[in-house]
Amino acid sequence: MNSSVSIKDLSLDFGAVTVLKNLNLEINDGEFLVLLGSSGCGKSTLLNCIAGLLDITEGQIFIKNKNVTWEEPKDRGIGMVFQSYALYPQMTVEKNLSFGLRVAKVPQDEINKRIARAAEILQIQPLLKRKPAELSGGQRQRVAIGRALVRDVDVFLFDEPLSNLDAKLRSELRVEIKRLHQSLKNTMIYVTHDQIEALTLADRIAIMKNGVIMQLDDPTTIYNEPRNLFVAGFIGSPSMNFLKGELVNREGKIVFATNDVLFSLDGYKAGEALEVGRKVVLGVRPEHIKVNEATALGAEIHDATVDIEEPMGADNLLWLKHAGHTMSVRVNGARRFGPGSAVKLGFDMSVASLFDAQTELRI
Amino acid sequence: MSNPVTLKNVNGGAALTEKTLSGPSGRKPRRVISGRNIMLYGTLFVAAAYYLLPLYVMIVTSLKGMPEIRLGNIFSPPLEITFEPWVKAWATACTGLNCDGLSRGFWNSVRITVPSTILSIAIASVNGYALANWRFKGADLFFSILVIGAFIPYQVMIYPIVIVLREIGIYGTLTGLILVHSIFGMPILTLLFRNYFASLPVELFKAARIDGAGFWQIFLRIMLPMSLPIFVVAMILQVTGIWNDFLFGVVFTRPEYYPMTVQLNNIVNSVQGVKEYNVNMAATILTGLVPLIVYFVSGRLFVRGIAAGAVKG
Repeated sequence: MNSSVSIKDLSLDFGAVTVLKNLNLEINDGEFLVLLGSSGCGKSTLLNCIAGLLDITEGQIFIKNKNVTWEEPKDRGIGMVFQSYALYPQMTVEKNLSFGLRVAKVPQDEINKRIARAAEILQIQPLLKRKPAELSGGQRQRVAIGRALVRDVDVFLFDEPLSNLDAKLRSELRVEIKRLHQSLKNTMIYVTHDQIEALTLADRIAIMKNGVIMQLDDPTTIYNEPRNLFVAGFIGSPSMNFLKGELVNREGKIVFATNDVLFSLDGYKAGEALEVGRKVVLGVRPEHIKVNEATALGAEIHDATVDIEEPMGADNLLWLKHAGHTMSVRVNGARRFGPGSAVKLGFDMSVASLFDAQTELRI
Repeated sequence: MSNPVTLKNVNGGAALTEKTLSGPSGRKPRRVISGRNIMLYGTLFVAAAYYLLPLYVMIVTSLKGMPEIRLGNIFSPPLEITFEPWVKAWATACTGLNCDGLSRGFWNSVRITVPSTILSIAIASVNGYALANWRFKGADLFFSILVIGAFIPYQVMIYPIVIVLREIGIYGTLTGLILVHSIFGMPILTLLFRNYFASLPVELFKAARIDGAGFWQIFLRIMLPMSLPIFVVAMILQVTGIWNDFLFGVVFTRPEYYPMTVQLNNIVNSVQGVKEYNVNMAATILTGLVPLIVYFVSGRLFVRGIAAGAVKG
């Protein structure tokens, strides 16, 4: 595989605080990689290291197979889009786009050509003579993307580019960024704390916590086979249901037991041998619990009571009590139950997750 | 208005209004003359009078002749307005050896203030920018030393500086005084600029670096155009500070280079002859006129700049 950005044993300390620890990451040519994590996990710091805006403590960074560890940001072949747009307020859109080219002393007719192309791709031709203050948030972010576009860079770096926009604009620009990536086929590294952005945009997602990548996989794998408890809890809204319990032997079969309620593990593909007595956590996503569906319930049926019902339009979220745990279950928005009603639950173990209670790793 | 549809709408609207308008509605009426307002405006008036009365007395006295002043009614307006004291203060009052009034001091002060202001702001703005955006090694130490410098009393440093200037060979010259003013303006101005540049979004600086701009290009093409308010603040601080300076003017220059403040003192404190209060008042107002005009012209920007610098630091 042709690698575009490659990070080797990267560490970064701020005084006594270690922000990034021995981080390794290979990003393929043309790949859309999302760095996902809650604030303070080091994802923006990592992006700033790749951009060359922060001096790293140890390790190496390669872009297009060239060691750029000691290079200036402008010599790395990267363009960056910031959360606050970072447009130069005193310059028109056109001057904003051309600033980097003028600094690099690119001939004027070449500048004009590149601006015209970027303006066409991003549909900002009518805005070229305006100042940033006269633009809406979405238009500003488009110009900010254009600034990276005109410089003809190998790698686009996005630092939470949509976080300052309202929900509607955010989903529109999300689609546009995806379209841009499909047509440009550049390598893009995108930092966000929004899991929807991560799941919809990414070829691969790197989930970070405390300066360490917890899991690096494509969105489907991340969603269906989280490698540990943190990833499982971070992805998905509402969060995955976690049931603490242990593995017990029941008539020759190994089953999961919590508060004296037994769950068959039929269909679960364990990566290692299951041993009786092991303390484990069973994780089931709200949409993987079936309610009152005779055909889908399977062999094992659990009785539960609806506690609270949250209609969300397309979906209907049920909070119910079962086996001493509060669980959330997502059903079709048309199906209404009402609080207090008794329901029958079926657990789909083929898409469930089992974690070791001690190591928090997937079994 | 004969359109029946419109009429019907108006009626409907009226009926609706009638229904909602029972009981209190809209803004609650307040009495203009209340105890609260009397206290508020009374205090404001007294405070304003307290500050304006001395100015009034000065202006009125400077427009009177000496016989009228001797009558002793310092608050009464002049019976006969005369500009003689102003002319005398500017052109013929004796300050020590020379008898050409404040005019010489005025031009000396201009020749001191303008270069000192430009020089100190030029250096301090680059200092502040470097401290805020380029976190070089030892930046914190450098900044601490600079800030401590702002708290050391000037008097402590007078002798060493006299010796340094003498050794360089510029003691007693305008150049020497300009240098001293620029150096003493450095701590507070650097602090001011550093805080202002630190309050600008750091992402702008990052974006400019990715665009390939260097230290000076970012400063001149990105930072400077956004910094007009803070430059105005710095200019006002320096112009008024240097213009009003007395100590350095006496210590570091010779009589022919004395700034306006020193000459004013020589006029007002001269012990020979009659005390000419009207000339003294006129001379004082003339000396204070420059800072006053600076404030009036750029007061709005001053407030904006102070506020901008104060938000983050």
